[in-house]
Amino acid sequence: MPEPSSPSFISIRGVTKKFSDFIAVNDVSLDIGKGELFALLGGSGCGKTTLLRMLAGFEQPSAGQIFIDGQDMAGVPPYERPVNMMFQSYALFPHMTVEKNVGYGLKHENLNPAQRKDRVKEMLDLVQLTHLAGRKPHQLSGGQRQRVALARSLAKQPKLLLLDEPLGALDKKLREHTQFEIANIQYKTGITFVVVTHDQEEAMTLASRIAVMDRGIIKQIGTPKEVYEYPNCKFVASFIGSANMFEAEVQGAEDGHTQVHVPQLGSKLVAKGNGFAAGSKISCAFRPEKILISRERPADARNVIKGVVQDFGYFGKDSLYRVKLPTGTIINVNTVNAERHGDKENVATWEDEVYLTLDPKSVMLFDGAS
Amino acid sequence: MSEGSWFNRRGWRDIIIAGPYVWLVLFFLLPFIIVVVMSIAKSVTASPPFAFLSEFPFAYVDNYARLWSKSLYVRAFFISLWNAGVATVLCLLVGYPMALGLTRVNKSLQRLLLMLVVLPFWTSFLLRVYAWMGLMGRNSWFNRLLTEIHNLLTPASWHWDGIQIMNTNFAVVLVMVYSYLPFMVLPLYANLEKLDRTLDEAAMDLGSRPWQVFKDVTLPLSIPGIIAGGLLVFIPASGELVIPSLVGNVSDPMIGYVISQEFGSNHDWPMASSIAVALLLILVVPLMAYSHFEARAQAGPEK
Repeated sequence: MPEPSSPSFISIRGVTKKFSDFIAVNDVSLDIGKGELFALLGGSGCGKTTLLRMLAGFEQPSAGQIFIDGQDMAGVPPYERPVNMMFQSYALFPHMTVEKNVGYGLKHENLNPAQRKDRVKEMLDLVQLTHLAGRKPHQLSGGQRQRVALARSLAKQPKLLLLDEPLGALDKKLREHTQFEIANIQYKTGITFVVVTHDQEEAMTLASRIAVMDRGIIKQIGTPKEVYEYPNCKFVASFIGSANMFEAEVQGAEDGHTQVHVPQLGSKLVAKGNGFAAGSKISCAFRPEKILISRERPADARNVIKGVVQDFGYFGKDSLYRVKLPTGTIINVNTVNAERHGDKENVATWEDEVYLTLDPKSVMLFDGAS
Repeated sequence: MSEGSWFNRRGWRDIIIAGPYVWLVLFFLLPFIIVVVMSIAKSVTASPPFAFLSEFPFAYVDNYARLWSKSLYVRAFFISLWNAGVATVLCLLVGYPMALGLTRVNKSLQRLLLMLVVLPFWTSFLLRVYAWMGLMGRNSWFNRLLTEIHNLLTPASWHWDGIQIMNTNFAVVLVMVYSYLPFMVLPLYANLEKLDRTLDEAAMDLGSRPWQVFKDVTLPLSIPGIIAGGLLVFIPASGELVIPSLVGNVSDPMIGYVISQEFGSNHDWPMASSIAVALLLILVVPLMAYSHFEARAQAGPEK
C-alpha cells in the first residue's frame, strides 16, 4: 500500500472509476493544497463530476486511493466525511425553510441550540440572506437559492467544499457577480474549494489552478494563465478559448525558433520554441486575438499572411473578422475595440484585402499525435 | 387543418372536456340528489315505498334522529371506520416498503414488479375473495397447517381443533388489506418515484445516516402520496359491502351491509338513504377541512 507521502491536503492517487464497461475516470492522480480554489474543467462526460462524487463519497473508486487531510477515504460513507457539497440543482429541501435548510447539517454536530442558531445566522449573514430565513425554497429566486445552497454547504465548516457547476443555473449578470462572491467567501473562510465546471470562463475567474479533463484523463493542470497561454496539447488549446488550428510540417530550427510549413495557409510560419525534429508532422495553432490585422503590409514582420475579409461581426467590446486565404482556409481574427470610432476608422470591412501578422511567440506547436 | 391540432379547435375541446362532467352529473350528482331527497322522506308500505310529508316542513328528519339513537347504526359506523382505518394503516405499512422498493430497482425489474402489483385485477374480485374463504375455512389445508403449528408450540391444554378466521372482523380486515393494497402502492409509488434523489444525497452529505435521510427527507416529502393512497383505501373500505358479507360476522355489521339490509329486506329506502348521506358526510367533511387547512399552509411564507 503506498503511503500518502505527499504533504498535499487532498491527494488523489491513481483513481479509476468504471461503470460496467465505461471508464469514467482513468487513472487520475492529483494533489490539491489546503485553502486552494481548484477547478475541474471539461466537457460533459469527461469524468469531472464522477471525480467530484468520489471525493464526496457517493461513488467508490474502482481502483486507486483518495486522501483528505492525510486520511484514507476508502469505505468512508458520505455522512462521515469532512466534506460538503453544493449540488448543481442545489438540492434544497423543499419542505424546510431557508433557516432549517442551512441548519440541517448542524443537527449532527455537537452544538447546543444557541450555538446552532448563531452558526445559521452567521452563514445567512455571509450570503446576505438573513431577511429570507423564514422562506421556503420555492419562494426564492434562482440566485437566492444558489446562496442558500452555498450557506448550507458551508455551515458545517467542512475541510473541503465541493461545488458542482455552482453558477450553471444563473443568468449572465448574476454569474459575474456570484463568481467574485464565491471567490471572496473562499478567501474569508479559508476552506479548500473544488469546483466542477464545463465553463472555461467560470473556471478561469474562480480558480487558482485548473485541471482540464477529457475522457476520464487529466490533460493539463495549471494556473488559468498557464492553461490558456501555454496549453500542452491540441485538446486544451481548443477547449480553453478558441484557436485557429492547422496541420504543419517542421522544416528546421534556428536560434530558438522553429520554422514550419502550413499547407492550409499556403505559407511558412516561424514559432518561438523548438524541440521538434525536422520533417515531423505536428499541429500549429494561434489564438484569434493574438493576430494583428492591417490593410497595409507591415514592414519587416516575420509571419504575414494575406487574405480577404469574408465576414465581419461587431460585438461592441470586440470585433470578429473571418478572413479567407487564397487557399480557401478561413482564419478567425479578434480585435479589441479599444477606441470609440465610427465606420471609417474600422480596420477593414467586407471584401477588403488585409494582412494578418503573427508574433512568433503567439504561434503554438503541438505534437500531431495528441 | 389550419391552426393547432384538432384538440385545440374549440368545438372538439369543449365536447371532450364536457364528457366527464356530463357523466358525473348524470351518474353521480343526480343519483346523489335523489338519495338526499329520499333521506328526508317517510317510509310507507306502498310502491315506491316512500312518501313526503304533505304539510310544512315537508321534510321528515326522524331517519337522521334514529341514526344517532339506535346503537345498531352507531355501532356499524364505528365498526366500518375502525375496520377501514386498520386496513388503511396495514396497507400503508405493507405498501410503503413495496412502493419504496419499486423506486430503487432497475427499470426492467420495476416493470415486472409493477405488473405483479396490478396482476390481481386481471381476475375477478369475487373469485379472489372466494379463494380467501377457501384458505380461511376451518377445514382448509391452510387453517389446518396454522392449527398444527400452534399445537406443536403449545401445551396440550391449549390445543385447538381449528382456528376461527372466517366470519370475524379479522377476516374482513385481512381481505380488505389484500384487495386494496394496489390502491395504496400505486399512488405512493407515483409520489416516491418523482422525488429528487439528489435530496437524499444532500442529506447524506450533511451528515445523515440512511434512516435519518428517510425520516427527514423521504417520509415528509411522501405525505401527499400517503394521503392519496390512504384516501383511496379508506373511502371505499369504509363503505365496503361484499367483503364483510362474504367473510364477516353478521353480529358485527359494517355500514355498507346495514344499508343493503335497509334497502333490501327492510324495504326502508329513506332510512338507507339517510345512512348513505351520513356516511358521505363523515368521509367528506374531514377531507374538506384538511384540504382547506393545506391550502392555507401552502400560501404565504412561514414566519
